[in-house]
Amino acid sequence: MTSLYDEVQTPTEGVPTRRITVVVNGEKRTVDVEPRLLLAHLLRQGLQLTGTHVGCDTTSCGACTVLYDGRPVKSCTMLAVQADGHEVETVEGMASASELHPVQEGFKQEHGLQCGYCTPGMMLTSKALLERNPNPTEDEVRWALSGNLCRCTGYQNIVKSVLWAAEKMRAQQGDDA
Amino acid sequence: MYPSRFAYEAPTSIDEAIALLDAGGGEAKVLSGGQSLIPMLKLRFASPATIVDINNIPDLDYHRVDAEGNLHIGALCRHVDLEQSTTLGETHPTLAAAAELVADPIVRSRGTFVGSVCHADPQGDWAATMVAQGGYIVAQGPNGRREIDIREFVLGPFVTALAYNEMAVEAVIPGAKGTPRGSYLKLERRVGDFATASVAVSLDMDGDVVRRAGCALAGVGGRTIDANDAISCLEGKTLTEDSIDQASDAVAAVAEPRTDHRGSDAYKRHIVQTFVKRILTNLARTEQKAA
Repeated sequence: MTSLYDEVQTPTEGVPTRRITVVVNGEKRTVDVEPRLLLAHLLRQGLQLTGTHVGCDTTSCGACTVLYDGRPVKSCTMLAVQADGHEVETVEGMASASELHPVQEGFKQEHGLQCGYCTPGMMLTSKALLERNPNPTEDEVRWALSGNLCRCTGYQNIVKSVLWAAEKMRAQQGDDA
Repeated sequence: MYPSRFAYEAPTSIDEAIALLDAGGGEAKVLSGGQSLIPMLKLRFASPATIVDINNIPDLDYHRVDAEGNLHIGALCRHVDLEQSTTLGETHPTLAAAAELVADPIVRSRGTFVGSVCHADPQGDWAATMVAQGGYIVAQGPNGRREIDIREFVLGPFVTALAYNEMAVEAVIPGAKGTPRGSYLKLERRVGDFATASVAVSLDMDGDVVRRAGCALAGVGGRTIDANDAISCLEGKTLTEDSIDQASDAVAAVAEPRTDHRGSDAYKRHIVQTFVKRILTNLARTEQKAA
């Protein structure tokens, strides 16, 4: 059975598509898409990167957050065609083959997740924050994450996780220097 | 949810975008940040035949202050650009205060100032700051450019004075002749929700005397409420407890709130009065410290 999403992803005969090339997690991907396909659906159904979650689908919850040229965006509120020639990073791109990203490690160490649904979006928003501001205060973390909703944790451990990651990343920077 | 089918165009110049809008004959729609338009497409409140995505047009992402102190905001200047601006607070404090309250941080990294004004949502933060400060939208069409005063730009909920073949290329907001003072306060039940009530106040100070006072409200009427006349009672006066009380009462009187799940009309009017008073009292304290 084809789902509604598949219908959009697998273009109907006669419906115009556009060929786009998107750098997803560092890898060039060239695909044909209908203009109305949302970026979230391209990632999940088209590229099978199901780490990007669709929560509210109404631009409210932030579960579908990905990094678009380094800035957090809601992938349910962008067209896939708009990613043509741009870089997209999803949660699958965070860890290297052998090592978690410090933000991921922070969420593990500080128990920053329960059901895990909001976690990919939370972590990507956090990564973008720490790249811009390596030493955020607790308030700044809360402010930066205010567009990502979590219904489990009450946010306490998420904030702790991000602060943990910030410390780790600063220590790593220090080691490199 | 996904939008109904549309033809997608990604012009790389303003002229090309206008030609596409013109050819669309009223069925083409400009896509900038998309943080209002894409949700509307998904809900099928909007189903244009053609989407003209202006994000590939270069050199529209600026915000800069010209020699006369006017702030120019290009059609692709994102909310986050204004939020992270290091100079906006000095020249346009009302806008700087609003910048961090628009929607939520993720929407702010994509949505645009000009797009938000063109969306003309009665709850819109930017339209309120513009009405309080004065200013105009530069619209470009097949016959060239024209300036549309912000108070004549928004005609009603989601309706603007733009013709179908015109594109808003820039917003221009005048600077203060004296010292700019102002702020923006918004009550929202949670981040990203529509405002229960919000208040923009913009003052142009000559020493401790108010040279010009501007005010606008969002969320408390079917449109952005122009409260400039109401707050003009401050002009020529200093900020004292009496003048502040008079101004906050006058502004609260012109709100047009309606009772809904966010609160009763009386409650919302009270918020407006409280916010005007809070902003002005804080500004009076700043003036005293500066003196």
